[in-house]
Amino acid sequence: MTTMKEEGNYANRPSNTAFTQQRLPAWQPMLSAGVVIPGFLLIGLAFIGIGVGLLITSRSIQVLELDYTGTETSSPCYQCTMSNQSNCVCKLSFSIGTLFKGPVFFYYGLTNYFQNQRKYGVSKDFNQLIGDVSYFKSPSSDCQPYQRVNGKPIVPCGAIANSMFNDTFKLYQIINGKEELVPFDGKGIAWWTDYNIKYRNPDYTPLKNAFNDTEKPVFWTKPAYELDTSDASNNGFINQDFLVWMRRAALPNFRKLYRRITEGNYKDGLPAGNYSLEISYNYPVISFEGTKKVTFSNVSWMGGQNEFLGIAYLVIGSMCVVMSVVMLIVYAKFRFPEED
Amino acid sequence: MLRWIRQQLGFDPPHQSDTRTVYVANRFPQNGHYIPQRFADNRIISSKYTVWNFVPKNMFEQFRRIANFYFLIIFLVQLMIDTPTSPITSGLPLFFVITVTAIKQGYEDWLRHKADNEVNGAPVFVVRSGSLVQTRSKNIRVGDIVRVAKDETFPVDLVLLSSDRADGTCHITTASLDGETNLKTHFSVPETSVCQSVSQLEALQAVVECQQPEADLYRFVGRITVIQHGEEIVRPLGPENLLLRGARLKNTKEIFGVAVYTGMESKMALNYKCKSQKRSAVEKSMNTFLIIYLVILLFEAILSTILKYAWQAEEKWNEPFYNQKTEQERNSSPILKFISDFLAFLVLYNFIIPISLYVTVEMQKFLGSFFIGWDLDLYHEESDQKAQVNTSDLNEELGQVEYVFTDKTGTLTENEMHFRECSIKGTKYREVNGKLLPEGMTDDSPDGSVAHLIGDEVLFLKAVSLCHTVQISYDQPDLPLGASDPFSHVNGFSSNHMEYYASSPDEKALVEATKRIGVAFTGSRGETMEINTFGKLEKYKLLHLLEFDANRRRMSVILQTPSGGTVLFTKGAESAILPFATSGEIEKTRLHVDEFALKGLRTLVVACRHFSPEEYMDVDKRLTAARTALQQREEKLQEAFDFIERDLQLLGATAVEDKLQDKVQETIEALRLAGIKVWVLTGDKHETAVSVSLSCGHFHRTMNILELLQQRSDNECAEQLRRLARRIKEDHVIQHGLVVDGASLSLALREHEKLFMEVCKNCSAVLCCRMAPLQKAKVVRLLKTSPEKPITLAIGDGANDVSMIQEAHVGIGIMGKEGRQAVRNSDYAIARFKFLAKLLLVHGHFYYIRIATLVQYFFYKNVCFITPQFLYQFFCLFSQQTLYDSVYLTLYNICFTSLPILVYSLFEQLVHPHVLQSKPCLYRDIRKNSLLSFRTFLYWTVLGFCHAFIFFFGSYILMGEDTTLMGNGQILRANRQLMFGNWTFGTLVFTVMVITVTLKIALETHFWTWMHHFVTWGSIAFYFIFSLFYGGIIWPFLHTQDMYFVFVQLLSSGSAWFAIIIIVIICLSPDVFKKVLYRHLQPTSTQKSQQSLSAPPAQALSCMESLCCYQQGQSGCSRLASLLDQMTGHCKAGASNCHTSSRCNRSWSDTETFYSNDRSILTLSPIEGTRC
Repeated sequence: MTTMKEEGNYANRPSNTAFTQQRLPAWQPMLSAGVVIPGFLLIGLAFIGIGVGLLITSRSIQVLELDYTGTETSSPCYQCTMSNQSNCVCKLSFSIGTLFKGPVFFYYGLTNYFQNQRKYGVSKDFNQLIGDVSYFKSPSSDCQPYQRVNGKPIVPCGAIANSMFNDTFKLYQIINGKEELVPFDGKGIAWWTDYNIKYRNPDYTPLKNAFNDTEKPVFWTKPAYELDTSDASNNGFINQDFLVWMRRAALPNFRKLYRRITEGNYKDGLPAGNYSLEISYNYPVISFEGTKKVTFSNVSWMGGQNEFLGIAYLVIGSMCVVMSVVMLIVYAKFRFPEED
Repeated sequence: MLRWIRQQLGFDPPHQSDTRTVYVANRFPQNGHYIPQRFADNRIISSKYTVWNFVPKNMFEQFRRIANFYFLIIFLVQLMIDTPTSPITSGLPLFFVITVTAIKQGYEDWLRHKADNEVNGAPVFVVRSGSLVQTRSKNIRVGDIVRVAKDETFPVDLVLLSSDRADGTCHITTASLDGETNLKTHFSVPETSVCQSVSQLEALQAVVECQQPEADLYRFVGRITVIQHGEEIVRPLGPENLLLRGARLKNTKEIFGVAVYTGMESKMALNYKCKSQKRSAVEKSMNTFLIIYLVILLFEAILSTILKYAWQAEEKWNEPFYNQKTEQERNSSPILKFISDFLAFLVLYNFIIPISLYVTVEMQKFLGSFFIGWDLDLYHEESDQKAQVNTSDLNEELGQVEYVFTDKTGTLTENEMHFRECSIKGTKYREVNGKLLPEGMTDDSPDGSVAHLIGDEVLFLKAVSLCHTVQISYDQPDLPLGASDPFSHVNGFSSNHMEYYASSPDEKALVEATKRIGVAFTGSRGETMEINTFGKLEKYKLLHLLEFDANRRRMSVILQTPSGGTVLFTKGAESAILPFATSGEIEKTRLHVDEFALKGLRTLVVACRHFSPEEYMDVDKRLTAARTALQQREEKLQEAFDFIERDLQLLGATAVEDKLQDKVQETIEALRLAGIKVWVLTGDKHETAVSVSLSCGHFHRTMNILELLQQRSDNECAEQLRRLARRIKEDHVIQHGLVVDGASLSLALREHEKLFMEVCKNCSAVLCCRMAPLQKAKVVRLLKTSPEKPITLAIGDGANDVSMIQEAHVGIGIMGKEGRQAVRNSDYAIARFKFLAKLLLVHGHFYYIRIATLVQYFFYKNVCFITPQFLYQFFCLFSQQTLYDSVYLTLYNICFTSLPILVYSLFEQLVHPHVLQSKPCLYRDIRKNSLLSFRTFLYWTVLGFCHAFIFFFGSYILMGEDTTLMGNGQILRANRQLMFGNWTFGTLVFTVMVITVTLKIALETHFWTWMHHFVTWGSIAFYFIFSLFYGGIIWPFLHTQDMYFVFVQLLSSGSAWFAIIIIVIICLSPDVFKKVLYRHLQPTSTQKSQQSLSAPPAQALSCMESLCCYQQGQSGCSRLASLLDQMTGHCKAGASNCHTSSRCNRSWSDTETFYSNDRSILTLSPIEGTRC
């Protein structure tokens, strides 16, 4: 009875809980020198360690880059840059001093090439690329101006597909004056998900039938269903080279994986010796001041050669150490009066 | 319908005529040429929306907000032209923001609807066609006769026709209208008061003519024409005949009245005020920042557009072979292309304007304001009242206050009056144990004092006990056994249960005092007032009541004495009566009044005047004429009152004490330490005001008190002001206090505002006395608009403080005895003055810090968000390629980064609340909007840009041209040696950004509850889980599947992980470094007190040390010698600093009680005082 009355008397009394009184248990960290100095020191030392590790890893990676644009007259590919040269082939010779440890990756690279333009990027029809034949007849308007040619729909339509890189390479090792073909492995160079899920060929056998009444992209020499006639699982939209090309590069200077060298005598890498690279030079880059190159590289657990990470870790690590020293000086000189 | 629309739109045309004619019971005259006037129905509409106009109206209201409108435009642009992002990216956040706001407003409106329906649907009884009909409140029309029973509220403004009492009076209380809890008697005209039954009312033929509705509760002018036996009888109607909607019937069984003002035209509804839109300083800075960002946005868009065209000037970039243009693109006009490119960039960068800022701020304010109401420290147990928040828009303004304007009575004091002394015929008396003792006598004479009372004293007491408007309530507490005699109020006047109700606490105190002394007012019945004079019952007939008003500052009653004579008793301010007194001990009384005032007592002077029958005839005639006048009634009444209240015989004066509220002194002291200037504005006379000021610590005894009083002319006033200014200059060490009275103030304000302001600013305490309500507001406005534009706070409890409460940046109402008008018009309401300290020092400080960081952080995180996108344009030929996926663009502000900042802004506590309260100096750290100063803003913006650069170029260098970041032996075995495309690049930047931005707010957080942990780590985890999910599915509705498995690929690269870690560290470590350096090199006092959380109380001095020129080494003031060295060493450099500190110190020593445990201060203060 009395409690009832009391409650009645204090009907408006706010409840006395930790939440309403803003008294929730809390951790109140203070960014003071005492905490931060050891923290920085620790981070700094750890980063220096990581940085050294990363740098060593990165340094151990071998990279060989060969430009074959052919702008200079001395370049073996110079003659291919002349206009109206079709099926131009040029050969690039080079030698490797020590064993190039395998597996070796073989890339082609372009510069000044803007795969990241917006109009370029949207210029494709995803429905075509998942094998939906109904879109073969009416490609998305995004593909313009690579949507139709001579009134016939283009499959695959759009600028990206149209501009697919079409130089091809063959590598020979010169042993005793004889050229021995270094086998390339073109499998698994695209994303697994692209190859298995994202891109699909239409369910037709032969594949060619799906492409009736369509036109190949204007720059292509052969239609999509003939990209790799030797291997059905590498043909059409799931051709690995096509998939690699369709994944747009983020920046104007880029490399794309072309082949891996993993087979036969070259399983452990490219032995020292002389090599010759036979290039079938098709792709024009001179018009936009671009260059073309090929790159041989092996990789570590952290990918290709990348000095940046190692250097960054070293720099930041040492900066952390320096900052902690500065803070230590400050702390010693100007601590609070209360902190006695 | 048309009328309704116009009403809705708020421009209802003014009524055509000045008066309205109401036919009682709607019996219109028979002679056909009457055109019925149209009146509003009795529906109360406080809701803003209806079901079907909610969507359009609410949309319209919301899009009037600049930010919302901006996003709407962006959205429309996206719909219209080909832009880089889909309209969803801006449409969805906008929809989200609009929906959240609409839900909040809809809910509030639903509550209003519910309340309206309850009111409008309440059952009422109306007399229709000869019988009592029950209907709903909303169906009452003007002219209906309404029956109201005891304890019911009036559903409509009624003119009282009759009550169950023979004299046709009734009692009401208007507590819900103006908060006055006393009973008020209302009257009916004799011709209608006889109609006490439905059948009699049916026969009543009457017409009420009255003015059109107006909001003033206390004004009503009208007349009633009753047709009896073919004869028209005209009677005047005044406010005493009008029963207002919302008031409650008391002590009366039932009444009948005729409805005159209905629904939205009732006085209560007219008093619904649209809350004035006060905007806080934070909101103003926020808008400035928005404009700056808009400029940045425009700049970026224009720059991008220009660069795009500069780039495209070369053919090879414009149209490389692999990316040809369509015919249409080639042929469209260059200007059109330029514009559409500009718009596209605008859309691309539009997220730099933080869309969710407003909705987050609104939510923060709405939710955050609950903490004020919930605070037990702001809860007053005696009156069971907690703090009340009327507007949450100003929470942070509480942390910015520089001037406090406070009322005195009821705010600093309890407004609980106790009779202390009086002066009768030039002799002073004290009340001791219910006896009146002349000055010099002690209480030792045993009970003989009664006999000592002589004629003058009795007359004085009678005057006091008769000249008032006190009501008596006989209502006994409901005894369950029915023990109370229902007729006890008829014969039980001496009963102890009776209680006085008065609108003025002074009157109540006086009547209670005379009762104790032996002259008890026992009640008024009809027109007779009864007093019990030492056991003898005397009946006076009340002939006229001359009500109190603020201009006259007095009230009078005209009574017929039991012996048949006619006498006028008047009571009022001494300035309002002494000039009209012709006899009595005028000079002595004046002296006594001044003495009382010096003691801080409230004084009233009492006088009387005897009328001869002829004189009374004249008086009666004048009064009646004035009261029945329809035109200029007030002026005529004034004239009549002035005629009557003269040639007075002075009887004496009373002195009533008003106790100071608890802890007023400490509170004022704390405010002063916090750098807030306190001004007391009061209506009291100057001596009273000064003495109260001294006793509540507003003025100190050490203060040099300057006076600006009784200035008669402009020149004189200016001269005095100049003199004061000179004195301040000459003597700038000591503190100054200024006393101004109302008249001088109005002179000073009229011509010499600048001079006056200068004097005021140099005074640490200002006291304005004899202030009229409007003058209070004027002073506030003057300060508010002065060049520094200080933030002002006004606090008061009475209706006379309302104008100042509304004028100030923050208005605070005290839930006192003078009704709730101040509370209703205030922004915040608290029960006691002492709560102000916590409200400002703790809540204000917290809210300010929270919202300031919130605003800055929002801008920061959006700069971080959009700048990489801007930078990316330099690498993609300004082709408007987005860096992030659309879904990320959309969800960044809604999901990934919204909660940590919201939780921060609700719960952050920089310092422990106790520290904030015990060290008011900390309040100075945030003054002048320091956390939103341009410098801080620049810091955050630059920080945002820097972080954005690091995100972008860090990722850029990492990717380089080598997009191979995958090693051997990956998680997914097939994925060896893969390329990162543009989306992976964007996702890397985005991931780094989400982590950095979330950790940045974590760095700012000083108070980690489980909620902070949950939202901080939860946000990051949510981002990862969401991205895995989003990238893990081929989404059926999406146009492209750009993000498919991108995130997984990114995470399966070891380099990416290393990059994420290093970039986050690069961004945050300099920030941590900077914080530590600042903390140690230039610590703010807040930071210092963070440090010494656990320090013993003696170190509470630290904040003062920061004011003083004393920086390193010693702890506390234990080493006085070294302190002195320091003072001599450093003090001269910062003389102004020292000045502040000396002020600080002196005041500390004065408030020994407050800091009594801090002995070191007490020893320190005299030394410092002499030094500086």
